[in-house]
Amino acid sequence: MRYWLAAGLALLAGFGPGTGPAAAQSSTLDAVKARGQLQCGVNTGLAGFSAPGEGGIWKGLDVDICRGVSAAIFKSADKVKYVPLTAKERFTALQSGEIDVLSRNTTWTMSRDTSAGLNFAGINYYDGQGFMVKKSLDVVSAKELSGASICVQTGTTTELNLADYFRSNKIEYNPVVFEKLPEVLAAYNSGRCDAFTTDVSQLYSIRLTLGNPKEHIVLPEIISKEPLGPAVRQGDPQWANIVRWVLFAMINAEELEITQGNVEEMKNSKNPEVRRLLGVEGEFGAGIGLDNDWAYQIIKLVGNYGESFDRNVGAGSALGIARGQNALWKNGGLQYAPPIR
Amino acid sequence: MHRQPPNHASAFSANSAFNWVRANLFSSWSNTLLTLLGLWVSYFVIWSALEWAVFTAVFTGEDGAACRVPGAGACWPFVVAKFKVFMYGRYPVAELWRVNLTYILAIAGLVPLMWPGVKGKLWIAVYCFVVFPILAYFLLTGAEWLGLRNVPTSRWGGLLVTLVVACVGIAASFPIGVILALARRSDLPLIKWSAIFFIEFVRGVPLVTVLFFASVMLPLFLPENVTFDKLLRALIGVALFSAAYLAEVVRGGLQAIPRGQFEAADALGLNYFQKMGLIVLPQALKLVIPGIVNSFIALFKDTSLVLIIGLFDLLGIVQQAVSSDAKWFSPQTAATGYVFAAFVFWIFCFGMSRYSAWLERRLHTGHRS
Repeated sequence: MRYWLAAGLALLAGFGPGTGPAAAQSSTLDAVKARGQLQCGVNTGLAGFSAPGEGGIWKGLDVDICRGVSAAIFKSADKVKYVPLTAKERFTALQSGEIDVLSRNTTWTMSRDTSAGLNFAGINYYDGQGFMVKKSLDVVSAKELSGASICVQTGTTTELNLADYFRSNKIEYNPVVFEKLPEVLAAYNSGRCDAFTTDVSQLYSIRLTLGNPKEHIVLPEIISKEPLGPAVRQGDPQWANIVRWVLFAMINAEELEITQGNVEEMKNSKNPEVRRLLGVEGEFGAGIGLDNDWAYQIIKLVGNYGESFDRNVGAGSALGIARGQNALWKNGGLQYAPPIR
Repeated sequence: MHRQPPNHASAFSANSAFNWVRANLFSSWSNTLLTLLGLWVSYFVIWSALEWAVFTAVFTGEDGAACRVPGAGACWPFVVAKFKVFMYGRYPVAELWRVNLTYILAIAGLVPLMWPGVKGKLWIAVYCFVVFPILAYFLLTGAEWLGLRNVPTSRWGGLLVTLVVACVGIAASFPIGVILALARRSDLPLIKWSAIFFIEFVRGVPLVTVLFFASVMLPLFLPENVTFDKLLRALIGVALFSAAYLAEVVRGGLQAIPRGQFEAADALGLNYFQKMGLIVLPQALKLVIPGIVNSFIALFKDTSLVLIIGLFDLLGIVQQAVSSDAKWFSPQTAATGYVFAAFVFWIFCFGMSRYSAWLERRLHTGHRS
C-alpha cells in the first residue's frame, strides 16, 4: 500500500511542475516542423475573419495569418490544422499547447499581453467603435449627430465609449439602450433611432442583414481602440518573431507593391528593399530560423496584406469594409511595418 | 360559424358533428368566448407562420441578395445551399458515402431490434452494440489499412455530430446507468458509497460545466502537446453525465418492484445476476420507460451544448453558417436557419416519444391489471 502511494506521488510530481516548463523551453518551431502541421486557433465563425467556405476550406483575414506562417515554414499554405475556438476557450487552448498561434480577432490589451501569458505579435486589423446611419439622413460625420437618438447595447464598453465621445465633443445626444443586439437592430431598423453604434467590423456585417444594405452608411469616425492581432505563448521569442514577421512581410509587400501575381518578376527588381524582402539579397531568413525565401513563399501563396484585406473583408468581399485605419501609413492609415534590413 | 343557424325543428336532428361542436365548444357563453378566442389565436399564429414560411418566402436564389427584398419571409435557398454542410459539417465531400453507409448500417440494426416479434434479438443486439460501433468507428474516422482516408473529427459537423454524440451518449449511458442504479442499492458499502458519490457529484454540476472542464481545464492538467480528441472528451463528458441521471430513473423503477419478487427469486435459488437479469430488471425497466425516454430526449437536445466548446453539432453549424457566410447575409437568413434546425430536432424528438408511447402500450401486460 505504502509503495503504491509513493509511486503515485512520484508520478504526480513527475507530471506536475517537472514537465510543464521543460516542454515550454523546447522550440515551438521545431515542434511544428516535427508535426508537419501548424495548429492555428481561429474563430468558430466570423464573416471575413475566419469562416469555413466551399468544401470546408477556412478563409478570412485571420486565417490568412495562419496560412502565411504555414507558407513561411512549409512552403505550402495548407499545412494548417484549424482549431475553432470560442472566446472563453481561446487562451487556455494556447497555454495548453493545443494551438501554436491564436489568430482569432483578439484585442491586444496590456493585461492579456503580460499576465495572461500571451505575446501579441502584431495588429492585423485596427477595429474600433463606429456609427452607422441611414443614408437618407445626409450625415457624413459623427460630429453632425447633434441631438440624434443613438441605439446602443447596454452594459457594454460600447455604451461607455459613446458617452465619453459625446461628452468630450460637447454634443447632445439621446441614447436608446437595449439588452440584446437583435433588439438594438430591430429598433434601428424600425426608425426608433437615427444611428447605431458598435465595432466597425460588426457594423459592416450587420449592414448586410438589414433590408437594403445600400441605404445605410458607416461613418468615418472611430471612437475607441480595438487592435486585433495574432498572439503566441510567452516564452518562445523565436516563435513570436516568426509570426510577427509574417505579418510585417505581408504589410511590407503591399508597400513595395509586390503582389501574388507579380512576385516572380519582382525577384529581378533593382530595388534593394524588394530584393531583401524576397530573399534575393541578404540572409534574413536565418534570423528567424527559416529559409531565405520565407517572405517570397508567403506573398506567392497568400498574397500581400492589401490583397488579403480586399479578398476577405474589403472591396472584393461581400462585407465591403473601407480600408480606413487599416490602410498603409502612406495612405493615411495605421498599417506600418519596420523595414527588413 | 359562416353556416346559417339551423331552425328549431331540425336543431336536434342535424348531423352529429354539429351536435358535437355545439355540446363541446359552444355549450355556454364562456365556452363560446373561449372557442372564438382560440380560433382567433390559432388563425393568427398559423397564418403568420404560413405567411413567413410560404407566401412571402424566397425559394430560389444564388445568394443572400435574393432574400434582401423588403418584406421577404423565409430564405429557403440558404438552407438548400447549406444542406450538405448542415448534415455533414466539413466532412470531405468525396467521403460522404461513408457517413451514409454508417446511417444505413445503423438503421439495418435498429429497426429489427426495436420491432417486437423479430426473431434472434440476441444476435441483433450483438450486431448493434458490438459489431456496429466498431464498423462505424472505422467508417467514420477512417482506416488506412482498409483504404479509407483518415477524417479527423475536427471536420465532422452538423447532424452527424448531433447523432454521434446522442447515440454514443445513449448507448454508453444506459448500461452505466443501470450498473450505477444497482450499485447504489448494493449491500456492499464501498460500491454503494462510490455510486452515491458519483451520482450526486455529477447531478450537482451542470452539463455546461462538465463540458467546459473537459475542453478547457483537462488540457491544462495533461503534459504540454499531449491532447486528445475534443469530440472524444465531449463524448465521455456527455455519457457520464447522462448515466448519472439515468441511474436515478432506473433506481426509481427498482424501488417500485415489490419485495416479494426479490424474495421469490431468492427462494428459487437464483444468484444475484440471475435475480436481477431475469426477475427484477425486466419489470423495473418496463416501469420506467417514459422516464428513460425522457432522459434520452433530454440528452438528444443537450447535445447542442457542445457548441460552446467549439464543436459543431446541428445547431452549432447553423449558427456558424448564419454568422460567418457574408454571401448569405439577409434579414431572414438567421431565422430560417434556426427554424430548420428546430424542425430537424423536432423530427427526432417526436419520433422518439412516439416510439416510447407505442412500446409502452405493447408492453402493458402489467401485473396491476
